Amino acid sequence: MSKKLLLKNDHIPNIHQLAVYRAHGGYAVLENTLKNSNPDHVLEEVKKSGLRGRGGAGFPTGLKWSFLARPEGVSRYLVCNADESEPGTFKDRYLMERIPHLLIEGMILSSFALGAKTSYIYIRGEYFYVARILEAAIAEAYAAGLLGKNILGSGFDHDCYVQVGAGAYICGEETALLESLEGKRGNPRIKPPFPAVAGLYGCPTVVNNVETIAAVVLILELGGDEYAKIGIGKSTGTKLISASGHINNPGVYEIELGVPVEEFIYSEQYCGGIRGGRKLKAVVAGGSSVPILPAELILKTANGEPRLMSYESLGDGGFATGTMLGSGGFIVMDEDTSIVKNLYTFARFYHHESCGQCSPCREGTGWMEKILHKILEGHGTMQDIDLLWDIQSKIEGKTICPLGEAAAWPVAAAIRHFRSEFESYVQNPENIKDIKHYYRLQN
Amino acid sequence: MPLVTIDDIPVEVPEGTTILEAARMIGGDIVPPAMCFHSKLKTSGGYCRTCIVKVEQGSAKDPRPIPKPVASCRTTVMDGMVVRNITSPENLEARAGVVELLLINHPLDCPVCDQAGECHLQDLGYEHGKEATRYEFARREFEPTDIGEHIKLHMNRCILCYRCVKVADQITDGRCHGVINRGEVAEISTYIEKAIDNDFSGNVIDVCPVGALTDKTFRFKSRVWFTKPVDAHRNCAKCCGKVRLWYQGEEVLRVTARKDQWGEVEDNTDGTTAWICNECRFDKKNTTDWTIEGPSKIDRHSVISANHYETSLRNIKADTLKMMGSVPHGVKVELGTGALDPNNLHK
Ligand SMILES: Cc1cc2nc3c(=O)[nH]c(=O)nc-3n(C[C@H](O)[C@H](O)[C@H](O)COP(=O)(O)O)c2cc1C
Ligand code: SF4
Ligand code: SF4
Ligand code: SF4
Ligand code: FES
Repeated sequence: MSKKLLLKNDHIPNIHQLAVYRAHGGYAVLENTLKNSNPDHVLEEVKKSGLRGRGGAGFPTGLKWSFLARPEGVSRYLVCNADESEPGTFKDRYLMERIPHLLIEGMILSSFALGAKTSYIYIRGEYFYVARILEAAIAEAYAAGLLGKNILGSGFDHDCYVQVGAGAYICGEETALLESLEGKRGNPRIKPPFPAVAGLYGCPTVVNNVETIAAVVLILELGGDEYAKIGIGKSTGTKLISASGHINNPGVYEIELGVPVEEFIYSEQYCGGIRGGRKLKAVVAGGSSVPILPAELILKTANGEPRLMSYESLGDGGFATGTMLGSGGFIVMDEDTSIVKNLYTFARFYHHESCGQCSPCREGTGWMEKILHKILEGHGTMQDIDLLWDIQSKIEGKTICPLGEAAAWPVAAAIRHFRSEFESYVQNPENIKDIKHYYRLQN
Repeated sequence: MPLVTIDDIPVEVPEGTTILEAARMIGGDIVPPAMCFHSKLKTSGGYCRTCIVKVEQGSAKDPRPIPKPVASCRTTVMDGMVVRNITSPENLEARAGVVELLLINHPLDCPVCDQAGECHLQDLGYEHGKEATRYEFARREFEPTDIGEHIKLHMNRCILCYRCVKVADQITDGRCHGVINRGEVAEISTYIEKAIDNDFSGNVIDVCPVGALTDKTFRFKSRVWFTKPVDAHRNCAKCCGKVRLWYQGEEVLRVTARKDQWGEVEDNTDGTTAWICNECRFDKKNTTDWTIEGPSKIDRHSVISANHYETSLRNIKADTLKMMGSVPHGVKVELGTGALDPNNLHK
């Protein structure tokens, strides 16, 4: 089921350069669209394609675009979310680094559809070198008349800017991103109002992920209906997966949605199986915030059907036995992995990244980290495991933004599926020293 | 006008009313506790999550429930909305969780805290919290700092409600007060120790629901329940000049703005908010500076109301008294009821 759309020209040397990109058909879609089409038609095609947001939540992009308020005389903005900070996710970086013009072409096309005269690419601070690549590409595009006034003689004006963040996971949450873009503290806003009504500088704004925006180019190239034929069911098109962990071939893969998880992990075309021929223990399928699943549930659903790489199949069974496709950060763990240690790492991350605005997340993330540390140190009790469960339940659903859930879900899932491992840390503290040595834990 | 039902009590409210405001119109026990919302501060609320309620029915048009608890202070009612606060055990449990989390890093040093007796967090803890904490780790600590000449910041006690930030933003000009750092170590700061130097900066003290921002001219002078609130006014060029004086004997120990039953600064008759200037607050501490109107009517039930103007012992927080060490030796107080009912006193 190999299907390359976004990365079809990935192998071409210097595809990051405008001349090379154009020589391989780049900006042809833009030219054609500006000449022969109109914004409503672009929106229709995106709707028909069934494209769902690639930033994590999987919200239908066409629907999101159609929510954009369009009051007379008020500017509208497109903002590209290139904050990519979810542990285990690195696909946007790959795309921007290798084929920056695909994103820029997508930005112009999407802005055309939305009637946005200005767009921003908000990129995480740690990707400063990628920001330079994007800026160079934007400069090339301006020089070629692909950005700026009267693009390709169409009468459409558009400016695109890159804004580098200062390195905060929370600035990937769309309203925190907008605050940061406005030069303020990156705190998520309390919704409503939603960005579609009052976003950047109070104006109607669409925030989309890098991959979502890049996919718009492919949708217009193929046509929405054709794009919708790729994939499976409501999971249309292709998806970039960031594969990491104990696999033979870590990296970014473009898959047609619907590839069986088993094939993705074991086939040579993708992950190439588990490193050292060890056994698969667990997978975090969509970036650190989605529930971890043990091998038996990631390969097959609770009903015994093969699990597929799609929004629906990964979600099958709810959180009791399923998970989410999320941002496509696929983290594979072999049989020697300590789930407790892994969870501690995640918990530490969310504690560090909480913006501190709302009480449950500000206080609860630190508490969970401390308890996990205590368990890892060999001082845990059985009550601590129940307490962890209780704390995550007190955070989930009670916060301003989904970071609260992102912090709670991994804890819940690890306890749900690997409780015995927590118990063995509590009951056999004498074994922990060896484990620590084995994993070179610091404290 | 939308009709909303809160804990089975229907109320008709103007378009755009929040669930919290609607509950306040009904009044009584069904009003959710609010720590960060302040009716006189725009964009306040949404942070502390203590006011969460369960929306059982979204509206008459779309009767689906809202899957997650909502912040009642930031959610507007819809016609036909059905809300549960104290009639939902699940909601009370969720709130108790928020309270526990709010308290895990809080010093709870009420005996040496000037806010004790008029502290929203104390009330919250007693009314909605659990008896004990399950937190066993070291609490985070900050050094107390001065915010200008007259204001003390005890960051340890701050619950990051953002009310003072909104005051700095909306009432004073040239804001240099805000939040620095993030997450658990986020703190209120006047950037680079730059003190707030503004005629209206003292209002941050009045909006602070806890003992994080206190009046240095009043610090440690008296427990609030030993002082007697009196309403007074003067002709002030800078503010409305309508204040509350807090007397001990003949001496004015502190001056504050007038607050309503929700502990929020009152409105003037012309609809503006009765914020007061620093001159009235910090410099006018003589009875001769003021025209006295009479004893303040305190209808917020907390220890301050118990001492002088409310005869009913019912309004005294039993646990507060106990914590303060003011319960006479040998008196047994029923805990957990939240009220010191005369019937609960057993010699
Ligand atoms: C804490 C947090 C971090 C997020 N980080 C990112 C991110 O780095 N990149 C991203 O595209 N979306 C991120 N999101 C999701 C965005 O809020 C938003 O849903 C997304 O950018 C919408 O784009 P899409 O519809 O194209 O997926 C994050 C959300 C949360 C709550
Ligand atoms: S959930 Fe966490 S990150 Fe989100 S607003 Fe609340 S404190 Fe900030
Ligand atoms: S702020 Fe309130 S709860 Fe905290 S120490 Fe002071 S009086 Fe006690
Ligand atoms: S100092 Fe007081 S008013 Fe300011 S955020 Fe903290 S608790 Fe709220
Ligand atoms: S009062 Fe509503 S969230 Fe704080």
